[in-house]
Amino acid sequence: MKLTYEPVIGLEIHAELQTNSKMFCACSADYSNAPEPNTFICPVCTGLPGALPVLNKKAIEQATLVGLSLNCSINEFNTFARKNYFYPDLPKGYQISQYELPIASKGYLDVLDDTENPLRVVVRRVHIEEDTAKLAHEKNYALVDFNRAGVPLLEIVSEPDMRTVEAALSYATKIRAILRYLGVNSGDMEKGVLRFEANISVRPSGSSELRKRTEIKNLNSFRALTRASAYEIDRQIKVYESDGEVVQETLGWDEARGVTVSQRGKEDAHDYRYFPEPDLPPLQLDRTWIDSIKDQLPELPDAKTQRFIKQYELKRQEAILLTSEKSLADYFEGVVFKSNSPAKTIHSWIAGEFMRYMNDSGVALEDIKLSAEQFAQLIDMVTDKTISSNSAKVVLNEMLKSGGDPQEIVKAKNLAQVSDTGFIQEAIEKILSDNPKEVEQFLAGKETIVQWLMGQVARATKGKADPNVAKELLVKALEARRK
Amino acid sequence: MQLHNLTIREAHELLTTKKISSVELTQATLQRAHEIDPKIKSYVTITDDVALKQAKQADERIAKGENVTPLTGIPFAAKDCISTRDIRTTCSSKILEDYVPQYNATVINKLADAGAVLMGKNNMDEFGMGSSCENSAFFNTHNPWDLDRVPGGSSGGSAAAMSASLCSFSLGEDTGGSVRMPAGFCNVTGIKPTYGRVSRYGLISLVSSFDCIGPMTRDVYDCATVLETIAGHDEHDSTTFNSPVPQYNQNLNKSVKGMTIGIPKEYFVSGMEAGVESSIQEAIRTYEKLGMKIQEVSLPNTQYALPVYYLLLFAEASSNLARFDGTRFGLSISENAKDVIDIYLQTRHEGFGDEVKRRIMLGAYALSAGYYDAYYLKAQKVRTLLRRDFETALASVDILLAPTCPTTAFKLGEKTNDPLEMYLSDIYVVATNPAGVPALALPCGFSKGLPVGMQLIGKHLDEQTLFQVGHAYQQETDWHKRLPPL
Repeated sequence: MKLTYEPVIGLEIHAELQTNSKMFCACSADYSNAPEPNTFICPVCTGLPGALPVLNKKAIEQATLVGLSLNCSINEFNTFARKNYFYPDLPKGYQISQYELPIASKGYLDVLDDTENPLRVVVRRVHIEEDTAKLAHEKNYALVDFNRAGVPLLEIVSEPDMRTVEAALSYATKIRAILRYLGVNSGDMEKGVLRFEANISVRPSGSSELRKRTEIKNLNSFRALTRASAYEIDRQIKVYESDGEVVQETLGWDEARGVTVSQRGKEDAHDYRYFPEPDLPPLQLDRTWIDSIKDQLPELPDAKTQRFIKQYELKRQEAILLTSEKSLADYFEGVVFKSNSPAKTIHSWIAGEFMRYMNDSGVALEDIKLSAEQFAQLIDMVTDKTISSNSAKVVLNEMLKSGGDPQEIVKAKNLAQVSDTGFIQEAIEKILSDNPKEVEQFLAGKETIVQWLMGQVARATKGKADPNVAKELLVKALEARRK
Repeated sequence: MQLHNLTIREAHELLTTKKISSVELTQATLQRAHEIDPKIKSYVTITDDVALKQAKQADERIAKGENVTPLTGIPFAAKDCISTRDIRTTCSSKILEDYVPQYNATVINKLADAGAVLMGKNNMDEFGMGSSCENSAFFNTHNPWDLDRVPGGSSGGSAAAMSASLCSFSLGEDTGGSVRMPAGFCNVTGIKPTYGRVSRYGLISLVSSFDCIGPMTRDVYDCATVLETIAGHDEHDSTTFNSPVPQYNQNLNKSVKGMTIGIPKEYFVSGMEAGVESSIQEAIRTYEKLGMKIQEVSLPNTQYALPVYYLLLFAEASSNLARFDGTRFGLSISENAKDVIDIYLQTRHEGFGDEVKRRIMLGAYALSAGYYDAYYLKAQKVRTLLRRDFETALASVDILLAPTCPTTAFKLGEKTNDPLEMYLSDIYVVATNPAGVPALALPCGFSKGLPVGMQLIGKHLDEQTLFQVGHAYQQETDWHKRLPPL
């Protein structure tokens, strides 16, 4: 019988913090908006002789928020350490990081695995470090831009608790959502503010051993994380199946070729010579200070999902969709607050036409021209039958594209729904006399033809006919032709 | 009147009563430096233009009577590991031979604010690694008392410049005796303040957790004046204390009667030169005459001080010196380099001297996986014991008294072939740095015509008592007033 294998996956997530200044100096951390290379720099972040680091309080606050959100214990006494290695993007020849006593440790995050079953991923530690400079490789040389050097970076390290690529993706996605909820990271992976490293090994299903693992570095998108992990799992299984040995090594991901590539083996692995950073005294966090940070914690995705299910009587998946982004959840609640329609209806509008527009147009929620209040008015017009839902879709798209007041658009486009039986009756009579064949079919017993005829009515009345009234009149008119 | 021989206090008096100008004082000192320093070689760089410009500005301040401090118009020199904007700062290393900082160390800014006049930068052992100034990549500095002898190190240039009156005060830096040991060899007064009392921002680090900038002066009064100016919290240095800086000179004349001096018994064992020991004994008697009590104390872990000191030094220095990689500043040798690693290797191979390379290698070793616990971690634990030694000893006495070196200045070349022998010359001064406590070095006699130094070691942040006790001694003796026969 052929052996089946089970992947063992752990993730390290590097997230830049969204502070105004860098981790250890007063330079702007907004390097992606720097006018040109090497403009947001000073003696500290370029590692000039004699320059010394000073902690960024905001970064400590944000790191604490993240630690608390991931159910970690916050270490009241934590220390910084030097990670020593030579590379041109590391001006001091060491990175200031945290080693023995990180700011947060021993937390967890509950996610759903590929079978939608709950999975608790243990978060081993969260620590603060500084980002490196950026290298631009030219033909015979490389240029260094220090604008990014010293930007605060958080490293979130999980235990190898994930058994499927889907679970790893679910964990990574949730971490990103939490970071965005906390306002500490934009989650903009194209800009590199969030990077993944996957530790992967495979073992025979059912076994509890931990086999040699490989580490895939610098995964800059969910797609890369998914593809690289899947590829690597497959590769390792093939190695074992051909009686080979997996080598413990660091890998890179070649996006174009879709393969992992060896970067360096264990034999030449770095010895980082960690030791406590003598330029920074240990950081003592006061219990009351930690509590005050705890008070700043916003409602996080899980709690919000639960509340939405309960408060708005949504299905789990509906609530998860709405709470995937804080801005979306806020928008939804904004519409609910301004509207008299049921929350479920509002969910349908947001999950349907609204999100379709956003996906198609690529417009971010922050840039949407439609206010929650206007959206609420529009939905209420459907609920109170002022307009048909088809008309409302037209109005919604108009508002999303160009903004504007829903009532005015309805008026301008003459879309108000009509319950005037005379007007509708007139339209029906014309349709029935224009389509004798269909009338015949109905009379012969094909009742489904009513739907088609209703469509004709809607078209003829430009969607303004109240569908209930129209249907009643249509059926009556058809029956009248039986004689 | 020989202007260059004036103490800061005397010069300040003459400046503020307009009997002399800072330009005159500065010119006289510069002239002397140009005349005498070719023999001593205490300066790596003499900054005539900067000095004269600052002297002129000081004179304007004095003329207007605005913002005149005890250091306004006073010429000083700084050890060449202290960053000075637009003035090259070399650490006496080839790797920084042409390095010109973009910014001033905090102490340089403070002195500039006080109106002091920068005369130049002093020679030192490369990156502070050495006890004789012979590890300078440029040239040896000579002891003004005997030109065949070393000035001590690593702040040998700063000590020699002060000793030979080539400045009115100098700034040294003490990582493990680097102010006190050369102060003793050259007959000047110098202090290693409490760790964290003076900002290290802009000081090119040797050992981040030991390094202390300290003034070197003619006497204790001047020393207190300068320390008061440069000490204090600095938002750029997280290791500085937030506590206020006392006005040291206000309490200088308080009687020392009834205070107790502790004599660490471990410091008075074999190996001390007879003339050094007798000078120290004489100093103790002077204090007895002043009504102080003498008590033997113990620093039981003294035997571990040297290994602990050097181990931690190697470790931190190996990391601190990583930034000298030829990619951003200083020496860069990229010809024929195949890759960036080649640039690192060539630059560091050419740029660093033997002693620096030796210490980097030892430090990298001590920090590497598998050795960290046995070396670095163990040394940190013993460091705690050393600190406790001082705490315990100083709990029962007001200060400790000890020599600064077992010998007087040795001959140039005498110990250069034996690093271990060289390390041993720091035996009395190294323990205070891992412990963080302050220590004041002052002249206490001569042995065979060469100066002998002693040090007073005090409680954490208690520089005041050191100055008070040191000043009392200098009221009774005139060793500190003796000048080298140049």
